[in-house]
Amino acid sequence: MEAPALIRLRQAGVRFGAIQALDAIDVGVRRGECIALVGANGSGKTTLLRLLHGLQGCTTGAREVPAHVGRLSTAGLRCAMVFQRPFLLNLSVNQNLNIALWLRAYPRQERLRRAGEALERMGLVALAQRPARTLSGGQQQRLALAIAWSTDPDVLFLDEPTANLDPGAKREVEAAIAQLASEGLTLVMSTHNLGQAKRLASRVLYLENGRLLVDAPVDQFFQDRLPASAEQFLKGERSW
Amino acid sequence: MQTVFESFELALRLLAAGDPQLLQIVVLSLKVSASACLIGALVGLLLGAWLAVARFAGQQALVWALNTLLALPSVVVGLLVYLLLSRAGPLGSWGLLFTPSAMVLAQSVLVIPLIAALTRRLVLTAWREAADPLRSLGAGPLTAAILLLVHERRALLTVVLTAFGRAIAEVGAVMMVGGNVLGVTRVMTTAIALETSKGDLALALALGLVLLAVVGCINAALSLLQAPHSAERAALV
Repeated sequence: MEAPALIRLRQAGVRFGAIQALDAIDVGVRRGECIALVGANGSGKTTLLRLLHGLQGCTTGAREVPAHVGRLSTAGLRCAMVFQRPFLLNLSVNQNLNIALWLRAYPRQERLRRAGEALERMGLVALAQRPARTLSGGQQQRLALAIAWSTDPDVLFLDEPTANLDPGAKREVEAAIAQLASEGLTLVMSTHNLGQAKRLASRVLYLENGRLLVDAPVDQFFQDRLPASAEQFLKGERSW
Repeated sequence: MQTVFESFELALRLLAAGDPQLLQIVVLSLKVSASACLIGALVGLLLGAWLAVARFAGQQALVWALNTLLALPSVVVGLLVYLLLSRAGPLGSWGLLFTPSAMVLAQSVLVIPLIAALTRRLVLTAWREAADPLRSLGAGPLTAAILLLVHERRALLTVVLTAFGRAIAEVGAVMMVGGNVLGVTRVMTTAIALETSKGDLALALALGLVLLAVVGCINAALSLLQAPHSAERAALV
């Protein structure tokens, strides 16, 4: 039996003034999935991520978080997001982690433990006292991942997490994401890198002009016959 | 031209001699303006950051009012505080008129809009980048505002310094509510105004030079405080 959705969008639309950013989206995010959102620039990937997360409200339709047993019934759905350009406070690596955990209301001892674990996991222990903004791009993105992971999210959203990184940093960040995915953390990631989608995702959503054109398991997406525009996108004939 | 040279000489002599009356005036000027800046910073930083981050009805009107208050003439502030603190005024019973406290209040009213408006602009720029990440972590508007104040603390130091510059150089309001009483409410600017009216231009200019030197020293101290951060940034480029 298919797992119930953690988040479900029903005929969800988002409009910014005259621009219809998303239109009639029906999609669910199930526990343990790694979903890749692909599509050209301006297709609505980031808006869909923000909508699923709850940072953006629907103009039409609805975002539903069904009631579940266990933690979700009492604490609500916990979402975290890693952005294309991570925002880090002008403080040390450790302080950034501690503030994120403080915002999530973890007690002091728990904060210290989680921060230590997250730093170790992302290979940042040696940089704990460094000002976060002096880290390299790849290190900053790993710190953003560490912050998001440390808050123990039910769903982790990643908005083009390896864009603007050099190939080495890309590999580091992708390896960290792959590790999280292999542990069963639910991930929803937008990417322009189809290779990355193929390597990491279990399911691919293809967006065009704010509409969800394809929602398919990863193998099917790369092998089956797709709508003409998606085929063109895959062949690299459309703009990224 | 001779007056200018005389003034330099006199300023140096006054400083070198450590004239107790001059020292008392300098110390009172610093105390009044620093207290006003402290109060202004407490109110203005929070108000500015909150206006940058929060969204509520009437916000644009409040921002417009704040920006308009940037042009508030100090004599108008002096007049308002005078009316507030005079015997017939609502706070007349506090007996603050012609005391340093009244001068602190007047200067605070002057610097709060300046600190709040400049803070709002700084925090608004950071907020454009930080809004989603901070909201994603669960930060409400007030928490986000405070975090962004911490984030922008070095730039905000310059804002407070600018406010201090405005406060210590101000003459109209402190003259009206302080009264320029020797040994009680006489500060650098009111002393300069008095000496000018008496025709002792050299002494007035010398006091002006001392005022500039004091502000220059505070500026230099703050620059030194920010120096390690600048070096760190330069090393990264």
